[in-house]
Amino acid sequence: MSELLNDILFLPEAASTFAERIDTLHHFVVGTTMVMSTAVGLAALFFFFRYRRRLPAQATEYVVPTLKTEFLFVSVPLVFFLAWFGIGFRDFTWVTTPPKDAMDVYVMGKQWMWKFSYPEGPNGVNVLHVPANRPVRLLITSRDVLHSFYVPAFRIKMDALPGRYTQIWFEATKPGTYQVLCTEYCGLSHSKMLAEVVVLPQEEYENWIQEQRRGRLQDRQDALADNSLVPPVARMVEQGQVLAGTQGCLKCHSVDGSQHIGPTFLGMYDRVEQLEDGQSIRVDEAYITQSMMDPGAHLVAGYQNVMPTYQGKLQGPETAAIVEYIKSLRTPNVREGASEGPAYDAIQ
Amino acid sequence: MTPSSSIAAPGATPAPEEHHDHHPNYLVDGTTIKSWLLTVDHKRIGLMFLFWVLLFFLVGGIFALLIRVELLTPGPTIMDAMTYNRTFTLHGLVMIFLFMIPAIPAVFGNFMLPLMLGAKDVAFPRLNLLSLYIYLAGAMLALWGMLNGGLDTGWTFYTPYSAHTTTTVAPVLFGAFIIGFSSIVTGINFIVTCHTMRAPGITWFKMPLFVWAIYATSCIQVLATPVIGLLLCLVTVENLFGFGMFDPARGGDPVLFQHLFWFYSHPAVYIMVLPAFGVMSEVVATYSRKNIFGYRAVAYSSLGIAFVGFFAWGHHMFVSGQSTFTGGLFGVLTMLVGVFTAIKVFNWVGTVYKGAVDFRTPFAYFCGFLFFTVFGGMTGIALGTVSLDVPWHDTYFVVAHFHFIMVGATIMAFLAALHYWFPKMFGRTYHEGWGLVSAALIILGFNATFIPQFLLGNNGMPRRYYEYPERFQALNVASTAGASLLAFGFIIIAMYLTYALVYGKASGKNPWRSKGYEWMSESPPPTHNFVGPQPVFPEEPHFYVDPKKAEVPDAV
Repeated sequence: MSELLNDILFLPEAASTFAERIDTLHHFVVGTTMVMSTAVGLAALFFFFRYRRRLPAQATEYVVPTLKTEFLFVSVPLVFFLAWFGIGFRDFTWVTTPPKDAMDVYVMGKQWMWKFSYPEGPNGVNVLHVPANRPVRLLITSRDVLHSFYVPAFRIKMDALPGRYTQIWFEATKPGTYQVLCTEYCGLSHSKMLAEVVVLPQEEYENWIQEQRRGRLQDRQDALADNSLVPPVARMVEQGQVLAGTQGCLKCHSVDGSQHIGPTFLGMYDRVEQLEDGQSIRVDEAYITQSMMDPGAHLVAGYQNVMPTYQGKLQGPETAAIVEYIKSLRTPNVREGASEGPAYDAIQ
Repeated sequence: MTPSSSIAAPGATPAPEEHHDHHPNYLVDGTTIKSWLLTVDHKRIGLMFLFWVLLFFLVGGIFALLIRVELLTPGPTIMDAMTYNRTFTLHGLVMIFLFMIPAIPAVFGNFMLPLMLGAKDVAFPRLNLLSLYIYLAGAMLALWGMLNGGLDTGWTFYTPYSAHTTTTVAPVLFGAFIIGFSSIVTGINFIVTCHTMRAPGITWFKMPLFVWAIYATSCIQVLATPVIGLLLCLVTVENLFGFGMFDPARGGDPVLFQHLFWFYSHPAVYIMVLPAFGVMSEVVATYSRKNIFGYRAVAYSSLGIAFVGFFAWGHHMFVSGQSTFTGGLFGVLTMLVGVFTAIKVFNWVGTVYKGAVDFRTPFAYFCGFLFFTVFGGMTGIALGTVSLDVPWHDTYFVVAHFHFIMVGATIMAFLAALHYWFPKMFGRTYHEGWGLVSAALIILGFNATFIPQFLLGNNGMPRRYYEYPERFQALNVASTAGASLLAFGFIIIAMYLTYALVYGKASGKNPWRSKGYEWMSESPPPTHNFVGPQPVFPEEPHFYVDPKKAEVPDAV
């Protein structure tokens, strides 16, 4: 039944857990729309025929609706609309809230290609490899103008914005190759900004990633006798560690939990911080990125607005590497809860 | 409502017959070119708007056909990518800013509003003429920019792309900025006219529903247009001087543009469609000879749409990175707009109940209008359910949705108005048979064009694609076939209406025997609408009860 409906509606293959939810709501919405509009249409056609004109200047009765009729006109559609909305908003919350154990992939759009980087190592252009049956969170940004990452088979889409990270997640259900389309107009070759998602069974995915880390063994087998000598492609965390040193982050942020000019990086990710304006915020990729680009935007309570902006100093991949480095600094020993104040009092 | 709308006097007091010869109708009262170009008569200004609006509709339509031809094959067909990007931008800009926004208010609003209020003219006749010339000045500047370099951003001008593109952003955006003033001036004029120029007997709740719709539209125009005006200025200076307002590399915000843009452009959808609702309220009442079922519900829902329309803009941005909570809030508010529209649909169908339907050309358009409003509206609600918008956003589903509700409904109403008021404006009738044939062709062609586009969107084809994967071709060919049917329908209309303009039979004062207020003057009306003292309006509009029958119950 649902297969048949999908064919009638020209829906593409459904290959993610979200696609199944979306299609169910889609069928429900199309079904109720058709029933209700057929009812209205038949009533109208019946009236047109039954009350056709018989005299050129025919007089008619003065008919006005009762309050009860008008109440029905309002409440019936409202109930249906709110029911649709309830289901839709539940699913939307679901797709914008990635599970904790999701695997992260950084996605960067630029005119006119997609770049994918994995925290553990390999980077790719226009081909995204993911394992089947495992939640994957995409952290999406753009290097130039707006783009939008759309996989019809997964029914997911999220805009890519310069200077900001957006996120969406999916869990692919079937191994295969699925097309990625850009859905935010981005200039001359907008329609050629295509990529693909290759969904591999878990085991094959592990093999693939090992292979990538060894630097594409297959291509180099002739040149290299001993595979183990090939250095792995630098991991994002390692890149981030180097960058944090060279960019001066560690002059103010400690990595061992000790107090300093800025909040410590240790255990920072996913911590709930009290902000100066009384609100609180959960530290995520978006917040860390924003704090690098616009440090004064959401100041943690107790700290001075002294950090310089890294806008223009750090490129997208470098920002992502530092974020990954901060995420890697977690220890079960660290104290839970918000950061404490700085180690010194600012000079007035 | 008190039954002030009773049956005291049989009809209004029209102009006495014997004065006819001394008061030539507005079309022949002054025949020099100057008497047209410098006229302050709302009817002549309306006609001049009609001329330009139709011309721009032709231009936008030609661009639409070029787009459809280009999309016949998956690869390049008749133009290169840059030309295609400019073509769809031109199509959107011309159709929205030069056709749809002024189409009904500036043409039929201008012509009918004073007649429906029993006034001699609008409140500020000179301002009215000014709005025409502001519109033309803006249009010429924008068109000059589009032909001289061309803009390739799409009609939404999203930053940062519009700040970086090498095409001519400044003249086009500045042209649109100028056109905005025309919209504001017309809006203020209509609001003041409704407040101060109503003839004796026309209370607020005896105003024809077309006037209510124009009033609600004018409120949106006056409140929302300044926002887009300022925004277009900001983008222009960003593009010319690089202010960095929307550039995150310099502390700007890339999403700010979208918020400001949709804060205007979502209400602008109602600027286009509310007048269409108004026209249809008049048409359905006239051709089924019935008072509007739930007059107050229809009037209030126009105001409701105008109000809630201001708070729904975020539903264009569900996947733009705005928070999940914000998405939900905008989703719920969108449902309310749907409810207000549903009230109207039910009440229009209810109007036919116990009526006397004469199935003429405007009524055929009413049927098409109901179809497009119901399906365009329901797909809008579906898009507003937040999660369904995730796959649909920026695909052809959205294109088909807004062409149904915004374009479909407005075109149906524009054509219905053109046919319904043709005798009023020109004193002649058109050929009914050709009218029905072309109405059928247009409704059929419109469906054949856009139903495949709904399916394309389901299938995953994004908007603004010059080339597309081959699996989308069949539906694209179907859509182009539908578009040619549509074009054929318009050609027929252009031919028989032009013929009727010159050779059409004299229609007499009120060929539809309508009891709408505008039909109480002569057709075509004399220069100051009414000869002799201002008429009084004892009955409510569209009151078709046999005068011999008894008391009237209260209207809800």
